[in-house]
Amino acid sequence: MTRMTMREAISKALWEEMERDERVFIQGEEVGLWGGTYAVTKGFYDHFGEKRVRDTPIAESAIVGSAIGAAMTGLRPVAELMTINFAFVAMDHIINEAAKLHYMFGGQFKLPLVIRAVSGGGRQLGATHSQTPDAIFAHFPGLKVVSPGTPADAKGLLKSAIRSDDPVLFIENATLYQTKGEVPDDEDYLEPLGKSKVQREGDDVTIVAYSKMVPAALKAADMLAGDGINAEVIDLRSLRPLDMDPIIASFKRTNRAVIAEEGWRSYGVGSEVSSRIYEMAFDYVDAPVKRVAQAEVPLPYNAELEQLALPQTEDIYHAAKEVLNG
Amino acid sequence: MAELVTMPKLGFDMAEGKLVRWVKAEGDTVAKGDVIAEIETDKATVEVESSLDGVMFRHLAPEEAELPVNSPIAVVSAAGEEPTEDEIDSLVAQASGKPSKKMEKPAEKKQAEKAPSKAVESDDSADVSPAGGVRSSPLARKIAENHDIQLAAVEGSGPQGRVVKKDVEAYLDSMSQAGSGSKSAGNGQTFQSASSFSLGEVPADEVVDLTRLRQAISRRMQDSNQNFPHFYLTRSYRTGALMALRKQLNQILPETDKLSVNDFVVKAVALALRQYPNLNASLQDDKNIVRHGHVNIGVAVAVEGGLLTVVSKDADLKPIRLIAREIREMVGRAREGKVRPEDIEGSTFSISNLGMYGIENFSAIINPPEAAILAVSAVQDVPMVVDGELTVGSQMKASISADHRVTDGAEAAEFMRVLADYLEEPMRLLI
Repeated sequence: MTRMTMREAISKALWEEMERDERVFIQGEEVGLWGGTYAVTKGFYDHFGEKRVRDTPIAESAIVGSAIGAAMTGLRPVAELMTINFAFVAMDHIINEAAKLHYMFGGQFKLPLVIRAVSGGGRQLGATHSQTPDAIFAHFPGLKVVSPGTPADAKGLLKSAIRSDDPVLFIENATLYQTKGEVPDDEDYLEPLGKSKVQREGDDVTIVAYSKMVPAALKAADMLAGDGINAEVIDLRSLRPLDMDPIIASFKRTNRAVIAEEGWRSYGVGSEVSSRIYEMAFDYVDAPVKRVAQAEVPLPYNAELEQLALPQTEDIYHAAKEVLNG
Repeated sequence: MAELVTMPKLGFDMAEGKLVRWVKAEGDTVAKGDVIAEIETDKATVEVESSLDGVMFRHLAPEEAELPVNSPIAVVSAAGEEPTEDEIDSLVAQASGKPSKKMEKPAEKKQAEKAPSKAVESDDSADVSPAGGVRSSPLARKIAENHDIQLAAVEGSGPQGRVVKKDVEAYLDSMSQAGSGSKSAGNGQTFQSASSFSLGEVPADEVVDLTRLRQAISRRMQDSNQNFPHFYLTRSYRTGALMALRKQLNQILPETDKLSVNDFVVKAVALALRQYPNLNASLQDDKNIVRHGHVNIGVAVAVEGGLLTVVSKDADLKPIRLIAREIREMVGRAREGKVRPEDIEGSTFSISNLGMYGIENFSAIINPPEAAILAVSAVQDVPMVVDGELTVGSQMKASISADHRVTDGAEAAEFMRVLADYLEEPMRLLI
């Protein structure tokens, strides 16, 4: 185990996989000479060379489209999108090709493709660079959508994504890069795709979160513990496939749940999870499920307003208190 | 916020009910779940419970009144509240003027309109509990159902008085502490003591009004016996094997799950009916015979002042143990006057069993609109000839009364023979 940041954990996972398998390569804006917008690929260009660390034009459809072609012909590309907000430019490639080619060609092609994309707000980047549109991508069958909440999971999940023969959208929350945690050193340390994980055990209320909301939920659980309330925190880790088993098991004990996501509430992750709770555990519902999410506005540039619009630890804490009184 | 109490509708065909007795007088304090009045319907006497804590503000109907369903019978006000005449009039007007809208509870609706529109995101302010229902969480309802308790008796601590898990659990705790002594003292049945007679004095004639239950029995039986051409077939069944099997099973079943002879008869009849769908049928408008897909066996139950049939639904598909349990629960409710509409509806064939009274043989009147009824008599040890030898064996007689418009003697006789296969080789009932 080594204590490191999520940035280092992601970088390490990518490095180890490129060392392990020469078919793995990375391409994206500034990933080469500059070392990555978020410094994930620092040192890669000198070590692996320009053939496997490829700088691209500012053209997301080209980054994803050419990676799909490379994947179909036997390579294992990692396409980096500087921000998920511009995945929309590459939407046709992601949704109509990556998610469907294996299916539409009757399994003749595999798509061992990873798209790494940076998501989330809170850095005063304005309405078009601060979105958390993760749920949109989880809507489509054929695409796996993964988003870690801890450095260890970031390493284990990214390595699994690179070794997977299916297209995986790997969403990194920009404000989590500096968070630190213990990360296994094992070069074959893998976390399974499509499995939720209990990050903290408790019997009074179930808090479901993923990505940036995981540390927030754990902090909220500490605050609740101060009030004598034991919250269970479950990290989805994967939005598709969505693993409800630990959530339903937990809810059958607590009968009350809060779902926290950084994105907007409408048609979001919380909507999906709460709907499944009602479908799968209706007879265990003792109070309406609460959703904590971003205010329904384009994210403001002003720092104070931006933080007001984003879901905070206190919001999860208060929602848990409300759901326990409801 | 005052609330209107209306004549409840119990069962699909109930058009009116009789207000037998006010349990709460005007001015009495009422708690949610308290019995405020007794209502007599065609089928049973039922208790009307208050869905509100407050005061019985006004009776809108006198005792003995017969009223259509949904008519207003009383106003219950919240504690300390004095509804004005106008408010009462408008409650009544809304109830009688628009019967279909009445379920919305006008008083609560008014409150909902006052609430600001920010309620869009809130889960709580928009939900209005159904009239007469209890606001409760699904989990609370499930626990209450498992423990057979009425949610109306439980005080809710959630938003707007919603009953949640901890309320039901607290109620269960208080019940178990109260112990078995809390069981209510029967249904007020009293017997005249012998000392009120003196020797040589003959009591005067007594005129008793027909209860609604008696009226219903009278109307239906008269209709059936006058208009349905009945024919009757009687047969003896050897019940030695059945009695032995029952004894064996009851030795391993818990006290609460013991099987009666009648439970075996219900199962046997249901299986035999599967082979004779014409007897599991109804004549419709003198034109068609409806052969029912479900085999739902009505079992006649004697209750105070008459009888009811409780219905074992899909008895051909259920294990005997479940049939027995359901019938026992329904009979319990019927005898306590707490029968539920679904307990007594939907039978497709009926059984009347007078075996426990030692009756040797009898014929029953068909329970319309069914095509037949089976009259079951006592299991008795009788002399019987087995392999040319006179011996003593266990035997039971049963008579079928069938509607000749729907079926004929030979078909009913075959049914009775197939019934013998099941009753005389009762292992068939277990597989």
